[in-house]
Amino acid sequence: MSHIPEDSLDSGAGLPFLQVRNLRVHFPTDDGVVKSVDDLSFSVERGKTLGIVGESGSGKSVTSLSIMGLHKEGAARISGEILLDGRNLVGMDREKVRLLRGKRMAMIFQDPLSAMHPYYTVGAQIVEAYRVHNKVAKQVARKHAIDLLARVGIPNPKSRVDDYPHQFSGGMRQRAMIAMALSCDPELLIADEPTTALDVTVQAQILDLIRDLQQEFDSAVVLITHDLGVVAELADDIMVMYAGRAVEHSTATDIFNSPQHPYTWGLLGSMPRLDRERSERLQPIKGTPPSLINVPDGCPFNPRCAYAGRNGDLSFTERPEFRDIGGGHHIACHLPTEDRHHIWDEEIRPKL
Amino acid sequence: MSTPKPAGELLSVTGLRKHFPIRRGILQRQVGAVQAVDGLTFSVNRGETLSLVGESGCGKTTTGRLLTRLLEPTSGKIVLDGRDISHLSMSAMRPLRCDVQMIFQDPYSSLNPRHTVGTIVGAPFRLQKVRPENGVKRAVQDLLELVGLNPEHYNRYPHEFSGGQRQRIGIARTLALKPKLIVADEPVSALDVSIQAQVVNLLEDLQDEFNLTYVMIAHDLSVVRHVSDRVAVMYLGKIMEIADRTSLYERPMHPYTVALLSAVPVPDTSRRTRRERIRLQGDVPSPINPPVGCRFHTRCWKAQEVCKVEEPALAELAPGHRAACHFPENVGGSV
Amino acid sequence: MPATVIAYIIRRLFAAIVLLFVVSAVTFSIFFVTPKLLGATPETLATRYVGRTSTPDTIRATAEKLGFYDPVVVQYWNWVKGIFVGADYDYGPAVEHCPAPCLGYSFRTNQPVWPDLLDRIPVTLSLAVGAAVLWLLAGLAVGTLSALRKGTIFDRVAMGVSLAGVSLPIFFTGLLSLSVFSYNLGWTAVGGAYTPFLENPGEWAYNLLLPWITLALLFSAQYARLTRAGMLETMNEDFIRTARAKGLPERTVVVRHGLRGALTPILTIFGLDVGLLLGGAILTESAFSLQGLGKYAIEGILNYDLPKVMGVTILAAFFVVVANLIVDLLYAVVDPRVRK
Ligand SMILES: Nc1ncnc2c1ncn2[C@@H]1O[C@H](COP(=O)(O)OP(=O)(O)OP(=O)(O)O)[C@@H](O)[C@H]1O
Ligand SMILES: Nc1ncnc2c1ncn2[C@@H]1O[C@H](COP(=O)(O)OP(=O)(O)O)[C@@H](O)[C@H]1O
Ligand code: SF4
Ligand code: SF4
Ligand SMILES: [Mg+2]
Ligand SMILES: [Mg+2]
Repeated sequence: MSHIPEDSLDSGAGLPFLQVRNLRVHFPTDDGVVKSVDDLSFSVERGKTLGIVGESGSGKSVTSLSIMGLHKEGAARISGEILLDGRNLVGMDREKVRLLRGKRMAMIFQDPLSAMHPYYTVGAQIVEAYRVHNKVAKQVARKHAIDLLARVGIPNPKSRVDDYPHQFSGGMRQRAMIAMALSCDPELLIADEPTTALDVTVQAQILDLIRDLQQEFDSAVVLITHDLGVVAELADDIMVMYAGRAVEHSTATDIFNSPQHPYTWGLLGSMPRLDRERSERLQPIKGTPPSLINVPDGCPFNPRCAYAGRNGDLSFTERPEFRDIGGGHHIACHLPTEDRHHIWDEEIRPKL
Repeated sequence: MSTPKPAGELLSVTGLRKHFPIRRGILQRQVGAVQAVDGLTFSVNRGETLSLVGESGCGKTTTGRLLTRLLEPTSGKIVLDGRDISHLSMSAMRPLRCDVQMIFQDPYSSLNPRHTVGTIVGAPFRLQKVRPENGVKRAVQDLLELVGLNPEHYNRYPHEFSGGQRQRIGIARTLALKPKLIVADEPVSALDVSIQAQVVNLLEDLQDEFNLTYVMIAHDLSVVRHVSDRVAVMYLGKIMEIADRTSLYERPMHPYTVALLSAVPVPDTSRRTRRERIRLQGDVPSPINPPVGCRFHTRCWKAQEVCKVEEPALAELAPGHRAACHFPENVGGSV
Repeated sequence: MPATVIAYIIRRLFAAIVLLFVVSAVTFSIFFVTPKLLGATPETLATRYVGRTSTPDTIRATAEKLGFYDPVVVQYWNWVKGIFVGADYDYGPAVEHCPAPCLGYSFRTNQPVWPDLLDRIPVTLSLAVGAAVLWLLAGLAVGTLSALRKGTIFDRVAMGVSLAGVSLPIFFTGLLSLSVFSYNLGWTAVGGAYTPFLENPGEWAYNLLLPWITLALLFSAQYARLTRAGMLETMNEDFIRTARAKGLPERTVVVRHGLRGALTPILTIFGLDVGLLLGGAILTESAFSLQGLGKYAIEGILNYDLPKVMGVTILAAFFVVVANLIVDLLYAVVDPRVRK
């Protein structure tokens, strides 16, 4: 099984449902061009979950909004290809993309309170989502909305369907958002930080729900988060982003058991972990993420990387290629293979 | 003080309550109250970190604001360094503000955007009319250096800094008057992981250097384990369990603590299938009408009839480990 | 209706009544105390109503009849009492009864004020409601389009024109529309006439079109600016992104989600504006010589005809208060979060 578009191109029949190739999303602003996403490629198959991890501002949301075609016309300069079931969405007629939105691809947002219209009932908002793409009577749609609410675990869906979003708790709102996203059985579900605003207990409920629903609907899921713990719960594959680019991409097991990129090491070292002995000291990454207007030359991570000096001046002058280092595990780093293995085994792993 | 206190005790809280009245109707009569904090008893020793954890709305911030006396308690007693501060007036509290300081959650809204870093960090000196030896400017620059900021940024404005740097500014401000107690309300939850680790380390270094005492408010149980000496788990305004870090994380007694711990996602895929999970159903009930008996009984998987009628006492079930439950886990055996 | 809503309405009504008393008392004092400060006596006041040729006795009798010798408080009290129970006026031989609500008799025409007001309400009502519909439609449409096309030529022109509309005096816009719509285009009547709606709706509209346009020009400019600002804010909300993510057509997103969200603050101001206008659009009515409440008030003021002034004032205050109350209740209908 491969996760990288180039390889899967040849496989023909089993094309991944979503393929993103060399996606660039740039925003011209007064201060300069913000290169929010720069040369990003990945793919997701039906029934699989891709986790996208990265710090805030690394381009996760911009990526997901590009897939959904939700960037303002003219505000963003988008190039590359976004293939949804083989059809390229970049440059496609906006009306055609709209008809795909909500039907074949749907999205869940971070803050369910602000993401729902305060003046319409939860039911009305689900009914609306269903009726855009399905010509059915209001009553039929309402019945469907109640079924969906029941499916996502809202108690008393028959009466709660007429509640307004502010009458729901945070967890219930996110469930309702999920119900709305699922109303037309989308084949691709993008969840942008779906649990960041929720408590751990509720987060666990929502993650369980997404997992169950995915199995039921066999959809492709893109789970965006900054929390490595959350992706570990759900993702089959994980892509780590830094400054608008992918720096590492592999199976979830690989990412946690043998990560190969210094940034991924940094993320793992920064997190206190309940599943390990308590370490005396966290190992933060020094410095702060770069501005996307002035991305550092060479490797964008070089000002913060502890190993930047180990490659002559390569890390400072040449952008490392995002390449396969075996078995579909991709990284973008100049470190020679031996050094990487050595650093991981001797320096990083023992401290986690 | 008539009551003898242990040598190291800096803060002691007894039966602390804060009810926010709800007013309705033509005459704005009080029709009920949000029982935000409902009877907390705990103490904090000098140089230690006590963390308050719990789900959103359980009363953590309210407790923090009571301890710093930004709010007046409805009842109960707060004794700081041998002095009862429960009902001190604003003016009587003023000199004590040197001793208790608060760090706020949101690094973006807690700093006045129109003031320079120098003004913000130097404000406590001016407010308390303290004259540092080498002048305010020098003192502020020392503080900036201490929290890992460039002292030359004295004249910059908050918006020129990143979230992590702003949180450092906030920390520098609280340190200005060498407080004895720092109440930190979710100091790192708005920050990215890599930056969060920097700030956590900074807080720990400062604690070692100045023998600071922290009351840390947080909801991330992994961070809490890392920073705390002792942990209090709150639910609907009450303490459900309080213990030292090791016994709380290794032998949690209260079903709520067990559930919270099992809900924390762990960055390890091999755990996905092996882990035994306890999934709490539903949401936290309203603090206006908390359930009678044990407050947790509506979501507890161990609840029995007795839990609905009789409120369990916060009892010491092992040395230094107290839990409020009729059917606690992990008791006996391991102690 | 939940008890809290009823309690709320009662509280508001109570406040409204107090407000009406305050407004009437203030107006009363202004028109009674000011002349006195300027040296007027009950007799000189009475002279205004019976004419200079009358004998001192008649004048004194008139002053007596009009209650000018009573202290202000008593006079005010009598006026208030008249509203609730009516009043009797002693003319010597005959006693004339003025039924409740009695707002007194015009000092000038000796006609009771209330029936006069009743005559004029339809004129002002027609003017206000017609104009309100026009300006609301125009303002919302222009404002929404401007917001969606922010920065384009359309937006700049629309906002420039609306700035002019807000700042130009009504006499100017009135004359302008008169020359354009009546003399040049011949669409509307020249003004001054009023045909009751029930008599002939076509003629009613034809006669009122010009004042409507004039008034609406002024207000729609203001509403366009408000709508534009509200829409710019609302269209950036997260729920708009959600609406688009559902695949809704852009028009639905703008109207059902955007405009609906931006409407609430506009509603508040709309209620107040209509309430105020119902008390008489003084300038417009004068400009087009419409016999509405505004014109009536002006006549009253110019002639020191206290009962007329008081009548219009209290009626206008009543309209504003009621409009306010309706707006607040509507608020709860529009924004479910306000309901408890
Ligand atoms: N001024 C107030 N008036 C009324 N109720 C209040 C007030 N302040 C807080 N509350 C209520 O008291 C309860 C506890 O609030 P508090 O802010 O202490 O929670 P918290 O534990 O800090 O939550 P979070 O994790 O979301 O910050 C909540 O139900 C809250 O709505
Ligand atoms: N409309 C826009 N105009 C200019 N810059 C933008 C716009 N949207 C996002 N950005 C920038 O793109 C970068 C990536 O943002 P985002 O994808 O939201 O990050 P995250 O990974 O936290 O989701 C950020 O630097 C952000 O400021
Ligand atoms: S290329 Fe150099 S700077 Fe970039 S991650 Fe690898 S070692 Fe670090
Ligand atoms: S007392 Fe009963 S309901 Fe409460 S936590 Fe213990 S077992 Fe659960
Ligand atoms: Mg984001
Ligand atoms: Mg809080």
